[in-house]
Formats: sequence, structure tokens, C-alpha cells
Amino acid sequence: MISNTKKIKNKLAKRYAKEKRFQIYGLSAIAISIAFLLSLLINISTTGFPAFQQTYINIDVDIDSKLLNLDGKYSEKALFSANYRKVVNQSLKTLFPGVNGRKQKKALRQLISKSARYQLRDFVINNPDVIDTKQSLWFLARDDVDVFMKGGIDRSLPESDRRLKNFQLAWIDRLLAENRLEKRFNINFFTQGDSREPEQAGIKGAMIGSFLTMLVTMFLSFPIGVSAAIYLEEFAPKNNRWVDIIEININNLAAVPSIVFGLLGLAVFIGFFGIPRSIPLIGGLVLTLMTLPTIIISSRAALKAVSPSIREAALGLGASRVQTTFHHVVPAAMPGILTGTIIGMAQALGETAPLLMIGMVAFIADVPQSIADPSTVLPVQIYLWSDSPERAFTERTSAAIMVLLGLLIVMNLLAVIMRRKFEKKR
Amino acid sequence: MINIEKREEFDIEIDKTVGKPFINDAKFSTRNVDVFYGEKQAIFDANIDIGKNQIIAMIGSSGCGKSTFLRCLNRMNDTIQDCHISGDIRLDDEDIYQKQQDPVLLRARVGMVFQKPNPFPKSIYDNVAYGAKLHGLASSKIELDELVEKSLIRAGLFKEVKDSLHKPGTSLSGGQQQRLCIARTIAIDPEVILMDEPTSALDPIATAVIEELMIDLSKKYTIAIVTHSMQQAARVSQRTAYFHLGYVVEVNDTNIVFTNPEHQLTENYITGRFG
Repeated sequence: MISNTKKIKNKLAKRYAKEKRFQIYGLSAIAISIAFLLSLLINISTTGFPAFQQTYINIDVDIDSKLLNLDGKYSEKALFSANYRKVVNQSLKTLFPGVNGRKQKKALRQLISKSARYQLRDFVINNPDVIDTKQSLWFLARDDVDVFMKGGIDRSLPESDRRLKNFQLAWIDRLLAENRLEKRFNINFFTQGDSREPEQAGIKGAMIGSFLTMLVTMFLSFPIGVSAAIYLEEFAPKNNRWVDIIEININNLAAVPSIVFGLLGLAVFIGFFGIPRSIPLIGGLVLTLMTLPTIIISSRAALKAVSPSIREAALGLGASRVQTTFHHVVPAAMPGILTGTIIGMAQALGETAPLLMIGMVAFIADVPQSIADPSTVLPVQIYLWSDSPERAFTERTSAAIMVLLGLLIVMNLLAVIMRRKFEKKR
Repeated sequence: MINIEKREEFDIEIDKTVGKPFINDAKFSTRNVDVFYGEKQAIFDANIDIGKNQIIAMIGSSGCGKSTFLRCLNRMNDTIQDCHISGDIRLDDEDIYQKQQDPVLLRARVGMVFQKPNPFPKSIYDNVAYGAKLHGLASSKIELDELVEKSLIRAGLFKEVKDSLHKPGTSLSGGQQQRLCIARTIAIDPEVILMDEPTSALDPIATAVIEELMIDLSKKYTIAIVTHSMQQAARVSQRTAYFHLGYVVEVNDTNIVFTNPEHQLTENYITGRFG
């Protein structure tokens, strides 16, 4: 007869092997997910980083009042509507004399961004005494030049396969030799709204739009969600059929595809209430619908986790149910409630689908000033840019994704910090 | 062994509470109290009087209904869904379950200390001041400070915490926390204090401190205590009630219950043969 010790010993090796196998499964699962995450992040940042730089071209501009068509009038109005395009084009011609043919002339004009004339206009309006002088100015380069400068166009390709032809490359080489090309930090990306020209396109409009939308979402979903959770958890009768039905429906709503909320918003808010489309207000309303279940469920979990002894203590001292709830239970549950809310907001910040339904996908170049101005949001901006064929938009898509991810990380950090802070206070 | 004996216990009839359940000039008096949790009856026909400025101890094995009975006295059972109470519970000859009775007011008159020390996650000062603030008992900050100090002194905690009144109450030791809970309860100056196994989570030294405190407090307050420790019941209480499976088996002066119990079940319990 084998003793028990021996029996156990015989099995021991097998047991340890099993444990080791399980650990290896777990580790490899983590390794695979980290690899995927890293490849995603590396891909996005290598594509997106160039977008934080922008090529500028230096041109000597002869601000000729005749070319400007000023007719001796120097009022602000006259300066505003003067012909700056001609001045810019003339300056380019002076820089590269002997360019012939329509195609080449057009290519020459397209070395610099269309925004050059507006930049010159603002410069002249602010400094009227530069008229009839020669100024050395830096302008935004066109996206093709910019992409070339960042190594996005391969010189060794046959000419017909390149966006830039040989004669254009020759111009660029001359500009480089004369130190007239420079890469600078792309401040426009953060200070401009959307544009059809990639070199002028920025995310400010989308960021402000996202901010306003989040503001609306937060001011609606936090009070509504938390009050609903408090009522359901603390005051609603238990084992009541209506309460059960509400509870099941809230749980189901959390799993509803977000585009359905967009359709609902389209039908109810736009169709029935007649709220204008494309504005942060309607975006916020739709995202409120979407985040409410998340906030309610996490707030209820946080309230449920508050030890019943705290409730008893307060009730035993003669606090009413409302006093017990608001003096003790809600403060104790606050870290959990806030974490849930911030996670819900982060989810809303990254949401695209429902906003497509309510017109926030429109091309909007202006930066919104209020919740009633047409605007778009960051994820929709990313979606719009990802649709554009220009190489420069590709890198801007990735850059905008980086900004969005950065914001999400900040929000999640905020959730962690707030929870820590509240927990310390207790 | 125990199981066999336990089965024998069921055969012993419990007709009527024996001993001296009724006294003159009672603070609390309960008549024909039945308590149900849903379908399940937890207390059968309880009739007890609780005397003024006395300590009454309620003993019995787990699940015998003594805590349930205690929680009827300040209507803490109201918060439990499906809990129904019938019968007559009078505080100073006033029905506490009548419609006009406000449970908030009742709980200000009948304070409670729980089994597990449960200070609020606030400062020691705020813990004690909470009830007074709630009921508007102090009209100024100075008055409130005095009240907090007085309550902590009476709970025998002031010396230990006087330099750390603004530290969280949860940072104290278990025994200190329980005394903080007592200070919190006496700060609103109730007439009756209910204690539900107040020392079961504490070590013997902390227990002794609290027991002394209870005896001291009984000069001013009526105290009802639920305990698992028969020594504790014998040490602190003037009267003792023995509960068994939802019935009040025997109520009498503590020394009689422990030296000369009338009922067989009581004798079995206090001699350790059962429970």
C-alpha cells in the first residue's frame, strides 16, 4: 500500500507543471497584447510626428502699391481688398525668372500655400508703412513641398510617378541652397480650424468642438446619472416590478450600439424638437444619452459598495434617509462615481458614429465660439481627414489621433488622481 | 453531542415568559410583539419591561432574535424591506409605532451603538458633532466645542484624543472607535441607549473599559445591551432576558437568572450545556 505522502508526491510534479503552463499562457497573452499595442502606437506616432513640423518658404516680396491696385487709397478697407495674390505671384516670378508655359507657371505659384496672400494682407494691414518696400517674408509651403522636405517623396522614382516633377525639384534644390526653406514647429496645427489645404488645416476647431460637446455632456449626464443612481439605489422600493424593469433597461441601454443613439437624436432632438444640426449642443445631448447608462451603472456599484454600517450609524443618530444619503453615503461613494463619470466621458470623447447621424461630420472651417455654432469633434475630424487622399492629410490624421489619445490618457489619469485624492480624504 | 442535545431542547415547551418580565414605572414596555421577516417569524409574542436607569442584558444563542428585538426599540427595522412588526412597544407610555411617531425623533431619544465600531469617515470632532449639528442642539461654535468635549470626556476618550480631534475617526484603535461611537451617541443626549454586542469586536482590555463606561452611563441613561458574553451580562446588568428561537424564555434580576434560573432552557444555556 502506498502512503498518502507518496501519492501526493507522485502528483506534485504534474501539478507544478500545470501551474507553470498556465503562467506561460497568461504571460504570452499579455506579451501579444503589448506587442499589438506597441505596433499601433509606433505606427501612429511615426506617421503622425512629421505633422508637428511644417515647411516654410522665404520669399523677397516687393510690396508694390501699383500691383496691389491701391489707387493711392490707404484706408483699412482698401488695404483689405487689395490684390495681394498678384504681389505674391510676381515675387515668385522674380525669384525664378524665365519660367515659361502655363503648366510651369501654375506649378511655380503652387510652391507656396494659398494662405500666403492672406498672411501678406494681415502683415500689410498691421504695418501699412511697408508698402512700396521690399520685405523678406516666410510663407507656408504647399503640402507637396512640405511632404518632400519630410522625405515623403522619393527622388529616385521615375518622374511620371512623382507628385513633384524634375523642374519643381530643381526649384526646391535652389531654394534649399539659398536657405529659403525651413522646417518649423507646426503651430498652425493647433491654432487653425479645418481647411481643404492640408498645410493650413488644424485641429483647433475640432478640439473646441469636442470641448464644448463634452461640457454639454458633463453638465447633463453627471447630475442626471448620479441622481438616477442615488434614487434607484437608496430610495426606490426593492423587489418592485417597475424598478426591476427600469434596471434591466438601463443595463440593456449600456450595450446598445452607439449609432442607434445617433438615430434617436436625429429623430427626437432634430426631427421633433428642431434643434439645429452640427452644433455641440445636439452632440452633447446625444452623447449624454449614450453615457447615462455607464454613469448610472458605475455610480450604483459605488453606492452599493458603501458599507451598510455607515448608513446604520447615521440613521441610528436620527438622520433622515436623505441626510444619511447625502451626508455619508454619497461622499463615501464619490471616488467611484467620479471614476465612472470620467470613464463615461472618455468614451464619449472618442465617439464618432452617433455624431455622424446628427451632422457633425460636415466640413467646418471656422472655430466654434459657443455650443450653438456648427462644429465638429476630434474623432470625426480624424475620420474626415482619413478620407482625404493627400499625403499631408495622412500625417495630420495620425497627429490628430495622437492628440486624441493624449487627451484620453489625461482624462484617465485625472480619474486615478481624483480617486486617490478622495480616498485620502476619507 | 451538541446536536443530539439541541434536538432535546425542541421538546421543552415555551408557554409564557417566566420570571419577572414586568416591573413598575418602566421606561420601555413591549407587549405581544411579533416580528416577521417576510414569511419567517423572528420574534414570538415578546413581553418585556425595561426599567429606568437600568441596564438590561439580552442573552441567547445566535439567531434567537435578541438583536431583532433591540432594533425594534428604535425602529431601525423600518429600513429592512419585508420586516413587519405587530404588538405594542411603548416608550414612556407612548406607542412608538403609532402613525404620528416620527422615527427621526425616536432615534434622537433612543440612541444605538453597533456591534462593529462604525465611525464616520470624518474627523473625531465631526463624528461627535454630527448628531448635534443634525438636530441643531448647539447654537454656536463654542457651544458645539463644549458639547464635543463633554461627550468625549463622558465616553472616557477625551484624554486620548484631545490633541488629535481633527484626525479621522477611522484612525483610532477598535476600542477607541467604539468609545467614539458611544460619545457620538451621548452627544445628542438620548434617554435610552441600545447596544448591539458593543464589545464583541474588541479585546478584553477595551471591553473592560467599555463595561465600566456602561455602568457609569446607566446612572443617567437606560441601557439595553445584547451580548454573547454571559460574564459581561452578569458584570454590568441589573436584569437579564434570555431569548431562545424567537421566544423570550425568562426575564429576571441578573443574579437570579444566573444563580437560580426558573426555566430549564435558561439553565442549560448559562451552564454551557447548550448554545
